[in-house]
Amino acid sequence: MRRAFLIAIPYVWLLALFLVPFFIVLKISLSDTDLAIPPYTPTLDLSAGWVGIREFFSQLDLENFIWLTEDDLYWKAYLSSVKIALISTIFTLIVGYPIAYAMARAPEEWRPTLMMLVILPFWTSFLIRVYAWMGILSNEGYLNQLLLWTGIISTPLTILNTNTAVYIGIVYTYLPFMILPIYSSLERMDGSLIEAAEDLGCSRLQAFWLVTIPLSRPGIIAGCFLVMIPVIGEFVIPSLLGGSGTLMIGKVLWEEFFSNRDWPVASAVAVVLLLILVIPIVLFQRNQQKQTEAEQ
Amino acid sequence: MNKLSWFNTVSLTLGFAFLYIPMIILIIFSFNESKLVTVWAGFSTKWYGELVQNEAFLDAAWVTLRVAVFSSTLATILGTAAAYVLVRGGRFFGRTLFSGMIYAPLVMPEVITGLSLLLLFIGIGLDRGILTIVLAHTTFSMCFVSVVVSSRLVTFDQSLEEAALDLGCSSAQAFRLVTLPIIAPAVVSGWLLAFTLSLDDLVIASFTSGPSATTLPIKIFSAVRLGVSPEINALSTLMIAVVTVGVITASLVTKRAMMRQKQDEQAAARTE
Repeated sequence: MRRAFLIAIPYVWLLALFLVPFFIVLKISLSDTDLAIPPYTPTLDLSAGWVGIREFFSQLDLENFIWLTEDDLYWKAYLSSVKIALISTIFTLIVGYPIAYAMARAPEEWRPTLMMLVILPFWTSFLIRVYAWMGILSNEGYLNQLLLWTGIISTPLTILNTNTAVYIGIVYTYLPFMILPIYSSLERMDGSLIEAAEDLGCSRLQAFWLVTIPLSRPGIIAGCFLVMIPVIGEFVIPSLLGGSGTLMIGKVLWEEFFSNRDWPVASAVAVVLLLILVIPIVLFQRNQQKQTEAEQ
Repeated sequence: MNKLSWFNTVSLTLGFAFLYIPMIILIIFSFNESKLVTVWAGFSTKWYGELVQNEAFLDAAWVTLRVAVFSSTLATILGTAAAYVLVRGGRFFGRTLFSGMIYAPLVMPEVITGLSLLLLFIGIGLDRGILTIVLAHTTFSMCFVSVVVSSRLVTFDQSLEEAALDLGCSSAQAFRLVTLPIIAPAVVSGWLLAFTLSLDDLVIASFTSGPSATTLPIKIFSAVRLGVSPEINALSTLMIAVVTVGVITASLVTKRAMMRQKQDEQAAARTE
């Protein structure tokens, strides 16, 4: 009895506030846009019972989804979100791996402090961390001041409100998500394996490539997913650091909802975004499951 | 492997410089006299003074704090229950769906969570305000709490619970007297995580808040869209200071608790 109660409360909570809302989004994405409050006409009328359901299917048109394919804005936004996410994940890996590697090689008594230094920015407000770069990257910003002062450039570089700024912002804010899983897989690695590889004639670089990288692969995969999946739907970074040329689907959805007040199209955008994300999310979960099984 | 090679030293130095210099610049320029943020004009704390008098910010901070306290407490209770069910609950109907619903929100884009919750609240006719933000924040942060707590539950020795049951505890007593004290550090860090997630959230709060309840991130975001301002720098510095003190205190407390636990376990092993 008590067990059933313990299961039921979080279960019902998640059903009501996580799963049901998705079905509402799905339902509204199939509705017609209307100039009313709320601004859509539902096409599915469950109170009419079976007749309502049958009518819904006979009239089912995917007009909002067709609209998404007809207007270039949307598929360009999806494509560019995925592109930005892929490129910035690679950059984050390139920046994060050496840090994680050095942390795992650091003397043991340093490691808790180093861990804390990586985690600390993660606890600070995301918004503030993105905002910090606005002052650095703007035309009169600190970076341009420094470069002009040292004489490297003679006219200020335009970085803020371009995709470059978006990449910098993503690498900066998501770096801890990349470092931590890689660090935890490198830390567990047995150092004598490298020695064995070197004894058997590997150069240091070969040993790194043939031993260290494969052994840290679960961490690399987890880190890449943890960066890539949320970046695809990112809103704050493109809207603060990106310019009018930065197309990302999270921003499009936001504007569709708040500026155009087109709820059915916003919902359709969300449904398609979710379909795009299902594949990486499932792959990520499988990777995590394999890892937990390996640990047990 | 006692000394770092030059390569590792360089990557640690550059890495931490990259992580910390932007925030250090932000903090330094919050003490800038000039209204122009990028030009240094002498030391001053006047922006902090203006901030304290800005009622819109103070109101928003109060709303944010209340939302964070309520939602993180609720999320900790629900998340701990969910973790316990997942790790110790055995098999039950719809277990796969349940664990899917725990893990999915961790990677769900915030715009989707926000939009879907808003449409739900409108659908059932709930007025948007503090309550709806609390419900929304509880839903996504309970999943984070449950991940943190279940990782602790997995590693601890189940025979301790069984021993308590053998010695005559009811299952509720065993949970309160044995399990809860052992997982307490994880529960506390789960609460802290939920609390900061709630303090931090802009997107979900924007969707689920109404005109009556504006949170600090919403306020900051609308101010920041217009560009960099010294007042926001001052506010950011205060928030960074609070978080830094909080995280360091929390990590010292958990370290002490873990050391005490280890000592207790060793003492128990000796008396055996």
